[in-house]
Amino acid sequence: MWIIAPLICGLIFGAGLLISGMVQPTKVLGFLDIFGAWDPSLAVVMAAALAVSIPGFRLADRGARPWFAGQYFRPGKSGIDLPLVAGAGLFGIGWGLVGLCPGPALESLATLSPGVIVFVAAMAAGMIANDARQQSRPTAQRDRPLASATDG
Amino acid sequence: MANFTPVSAAIGGVLIGLSAVLLMLSTGRIAGISGIFSGLLNLRGEDKGWRIAFVAGLILAPILAGLIGYGMAQPKLPMSWAVIVVAGLLVGFGTRLGGGCTSGHGICGIGRLSPRSIAATIVFMVTAVITVAITRHVL
Repeated sequence: MWIIAPLICGLIFGAGLLISGMVQPTKVLGFLDIFGAWDPSLAVVMAAALAVSIPGFRLADRGARPWFAGQYFRPGKSGIDLPLVAGAGLFGIGWGLVGLCPGPALESLATLSPGVIVFVAAMAAGMIANDARQQSRPTAQRDRPLASATDG
Repeated sequence: MANFTPVSAAIGGVLIGLSAVLLMLSTGRIAGISGIFSGLLNLRGEDKGWRIAFVAGLILAPILAGLIGYGMAQPKLPMSWAVIVVAGLLVGFGTRLGGGCTSGHGICGIGRLSPRSIAATIVFMVTAVITVAITRHVL
């Protein structure tokens, strides 16, 4: 029953967002509002998460294969390119407009908030639009060979 | 420094990091929520099982927490419907174009010390801070 593992991981991730307060857009916007009543909590969330994930991923690098799968799936792309910068820039604008990023948005579906449902539907539409745009190009970036990996 | 909650932030952060590491160790997958969710949106059927399980856990977390008395309040979204829709489109399109969001780049990518993810995290933090500065203090 390997499917239990990602279910438990989702539960732990959701608990982390819930306990840290990051599931509330007002809390996130309080961190992003450095010119207002700044709330540094999100910096503590990131620092604590990285204190666990940096040694944890080093541990995973030593193992030949994961517990319940044949191989590790690591991002193939490396280097800093225009799509990365443009995509991250657009994402940051959307995040700053309402204070929701994908994790808290999906978790908040549990509250059946109409605003969150509309946000997630628009987010899905944006994802489908970008994936369709990439597939319509014959030399799509996702098909590029994994050469000169600096961060993979 | 209004509303600063360092203890709950640290506990929550440890859980988020633990989740990302456990997902990698158990299934070999990156806990990038935008990537996990977008993989559910295409019609091709492969590797949907673990994605559905992870997202189900994410949505079940506040429901289970509610059963033991830690219910989640409805998120406050006081902005107009137009702003919510535009923001959702930007988050969806941008995370796919940039290959990740706060979890995939911010936690997992920096967790792997990837320069690409460090750059992405700096860029989305900066544009988000500028967006909040403009919407709260200029407009």
